[in-house]
Amino acid sequence: MNDRKPAKGGVDPRLLEILVCPITKGPLDYDAERQELISRQAGLAYPIRDGIPIMLPDEARPLED
Amino acid sequence: MSELERPFDRAVVRRHRERAAAGWPRHDFLVREVADRLADRLGDIRRAFPLALDLGCHGGELAQAIAGRNGIETVVACDLAQAMARRAALVAPALAADEEALPFAAGGFDLVASALSLHWVNDLPGTLLQVRRMLRPDGLFLAALLGGETLAGLRAALVQADTETGGGAIGPRVSPFADLRDCGGLLQRAGFALPVVDSDLIEVTYPDALALMRELRGMGESGALTAGRKSFTRRETLLRAAELYAEHFAGPDGRVAATFQVVYLTGWAPHASQQKPLRPGSAAQRLAEALGTAERPAGDKADPGTDPGHRGRSPGKA
Repeated sequence: MNDRKPAKGGVDPRLLEILVCPITKGPLDYDAERQELISRQAGLAYPIRDGIPIMLPDEARPLED
Repeated sequence: MSELERPFDRAVVRRHRERAAAGWPRHDFLVREVADRLADRLGDIRRAFPLALDLGCHGGELAQAIAGRNGIETVVACDLAQAMARRAALVAPALAADEEALPFAAGGFDLVASALSLHWVNDLPGTLLQVRRMLRPDGLFLAALLGGETLAGLRAALVQADTETGGGAIGPRVSPFADLRDCGGLLQRAGFALPVVDSDLIEVTYPDALALMRELRGMGESGALTAGRKSFTRRETLLRAAELYAEHFAGPDGRVAATFQVVYLTGWAPHASQQKPLRPGSAAQRLAEALGTAERPAGDKADPGTDPGHRGRSPGKA
């Protein structure tokens, strides 16, 4: 099972297909550079730490603009 | 929201789980056992579930137990605690997520399974509704959570010890575990078809009550005994509770028994192929005919003594 390993430091592509913003249930943009999942609607960037998306609003970074 | 509506401080639940992650392999017994039982139940269902979610995954025990069964190709694992998600990441694609605000697209999963996490959710109806939406039509929700009979003896001993040692000012405040009778209604209200609720009792023995309390702490479940309290109960109270518990629950070998009630919830995301009740008035046969009796308009008294016309089996068709 689950033997396709993500690239080092990256997130499993299967997760990117199913994740949405926990607050708005809207789409997320994957920022591979910063390792963040960005919810424009909620104005939040959810961090990805060691390939593990942290989909908790109180751990997310508020977007500046 | 009031404390009654939100009995659990989710930040505390999360802290307990984060802390439990470090020593988790020493305390994963019950979750492993329940994960195996859930996997057995899944094995009884002749269906393939290519994409599954282990909701509230701890160290990924359930993800491991169901991997490769029932046509499962991928199990995603999520937990409120990042440290638990990191453990689960060794066996499954994992993430940190709050069961009260789930980050999954609608209609994505064939199966959502959960082992011993949902009894910490404040808004179980809300979580069930989110889960139902995450499922594809005819997708399965299969969960185990701790029920109200869990550790009843230990909780009673703690309340009594608390009173005896003078701490009773706050009164007994224990975790309001799910009530078996409520769960079926909750599943139905969340839009699940064919809801089934049942329960198991799992008895585990420990050297003494303090060892049991250490185990609960190690499992991240110590809040089950102290829900609503800011700090853990005083040492004096704990020792007295251990004494009381030993008096009532120790076997001949001196070990104490603890009972965990595990409540299982099963429900399906609705689909046209599922069995369902017929529309009222759509019957093709009369019930009276099937019963070999006469039909009587509603409101008529069914007393054969005063109503000779309806006595016994009617020879003609009603």
